[in-house]
Amino acid sequence: MKNKGISKRQVKEKIISSAFLLIAFISITVLFLIMLFLFKEGLPVFKVVSLKEFLLGKLWYPTDDYPDFGIFPMIAGTLSVTFFASCLAVPFGIMGAIYLAEIASNRVREWLKPVFELLAAIPSVVIGFIGMVVIAPVMQNIFDIPTGLNMLNASFMLALMAVPTITSIAEDAINAVPQELKDASLALGATRWETILKVVLPASLSGIITAVILGMSRVIGETMVVLMVAGGAAIVPSALFDPVRPMTASIAAEMGEAPFHGEHYYALFAIGIILFIFTFIFNLIADYVSYKYKQVI
Amino acid sequence: MIKQKGFIMGLVILLMVFIVNKAFCGTSIIIKGSTTVLPICQKIAEEFMKIQPDTNLSVSGGGSGNGIKAIIDNTCDIAMSSRFIKSKETALACEKNILPVPHRIAIDCIVPVVHPENKVTDITMEELKKIYTGKIKNWKELGGIDKKIVIVSRDTSSGTYELWHEKVLKKERVIPSALLQASNGTVAQAVSKNKYAIGYIGIGYINKDLKALKVNGVTATVDTAMNGMYPISRPLFLFTNGWPEGKSASFINFIISPKGQGLVKGGGFVPLF
Repeated sequence: MKNKGISKRQVKEKIISSAFLLIAFISITVLFLIMLFLFKEGLPVFKVVSLKEFLLGKLWYPTDDYPDFGIFPMIAGTLSVTFFASCLAVPFGIMGAIYLAEIASNRVREWLKPVFELLAAIPSVVIGFIGMVVIAPVMQNIFDIPTGLNMLNASFMLALMAVPTITSIAEDAINAVPQELKDASLALGATRWETILKVVLPASLSGIITAVILGMSRVIGETMVVLMVAGGAAIVPSALFDPVRPMTASIAAEMGEAPFHGEHYYALFAIGIILFIFTFIFNLIADYVSYKYKQVI
Repeated sequence: MIKQKGFIMGLVILLMVFIVNKAFCGTSIIIKGSTTVLPICQKIAEEFMKIQPDTNLSVSGGGSGNGIKAIIDNTCDIAMSSRFIKSKETALACEKNILPVPHRIAIDCIVPVVHPENKVTDITMEELKKIYTGKIKNWKELGGIDKKIVIVSRDTSSGTYELWHEKVLKKERVIPSALLQASNGTVAQAVSKNKYAIGYIGIGYINKDLKALKVNGVTATVDTAMNGMYPISRPLFLFTNGWPEGKSASFINFIISPKGQGLVKGGGFVPLF
């Protein structure tokens, strides 16, 4: 009797665990199929244009009679926008996380945290609209520049989106630092500032770096904001106020009307491949860092 | 949260049932071709399917050439085209015993626009070309203030760009530093917020925050677009194999009807009447 009961439970256990395995397997399969599709639809463009011309070419005229498929200006656009957005978002995000986790009183934290989370919930199209209608004219008037739709404006808007991501993940990492460590540091006579800087931050470094990289991947993949605010000129930016055309904006703007299985269509998917490789590298770095600087406490 | 998920799942299932239902009963019309005509046909197809729910319309882009090719190969019922059929294509069609019949459904009319505070009111086709290819860089050269011209253009796969590229630029390339916007609406928005900008939009998108420029001395109106006085306009066509019958005929009749032409106007194009 007793044995039978156990085996029944074991069967149940088996069923449940294989169900979970199946679900995990489905998501892996889907991911794999998406990758397969991306490469299948993107690689044919290299029959028309060489990889070098595609990556380093400076002209993007996909619909001309003699088309040019050079995406270098778009790669430059994506990288520069991501760089400047990170310059803004990383300090703010980490400082916000430190404040929330270590300094803010319980009452302040109770209403500040939901506000941060709300910021993360604003749809990107709304942020893009604000950038286009509110920030762009103001920026244009203040700096007396030809257009407010430029790299700096886009970086501002993207930073606004990355800050909540960075803050909430970094705050979790900081909260995970054991109280004993902080107590020990304070007991040795370190001030609160010294404790944060020399104990809490190093101990939660891996979590913070993961937060930064996840925030940056959000910026790289963001489409709507850059489509609306970045200006869309396919040039390599030479100044902060230059308009740029990141890769995602190109795909979103042109895919709808590119002829199915035409060269232009293939080229847009090939841009997708490049973008995929970028985010893949980012995630690998995040993985490596969180593995290498594992919190060993 | 769980309730919400259930709701979404329900919606998805309903949608799938709806799609499957559509695919298996009722007649279907395949429409292919010009990306300029595509938004008109999509809008009209939606309305048409409300009136005749047993019809299944499949509308896809690909360009005028592909649409006409599909009519010649008999792989679609209606082809959308932003140009008239070429003699080469007619010859090919005759060889295959196919008779392409044109139906004019709307007029496409693109207007250059600037900020209302801009002093320039009149522009020539030559000047427009020079601006968009980067040869004229300052408003001063056109009798305006001494400021750099901010060029706003459309993404290269849009039908609006196609017309501009053909009629204004004469197939030359837009300067890469032009700001590219993804729709008529965003071009209008960008120009209305920038005193030094110039852009181009479909005639239906002009509003009080924008100033439409006269081209070669002609103001763009429904009349000047229709009688051919205004230079940046063209008729839009649908092609069928032979005189349309059955569902294709009622679809085309619906576009020509006052209601259909109202939708054409709402989409930013010039109606036929």
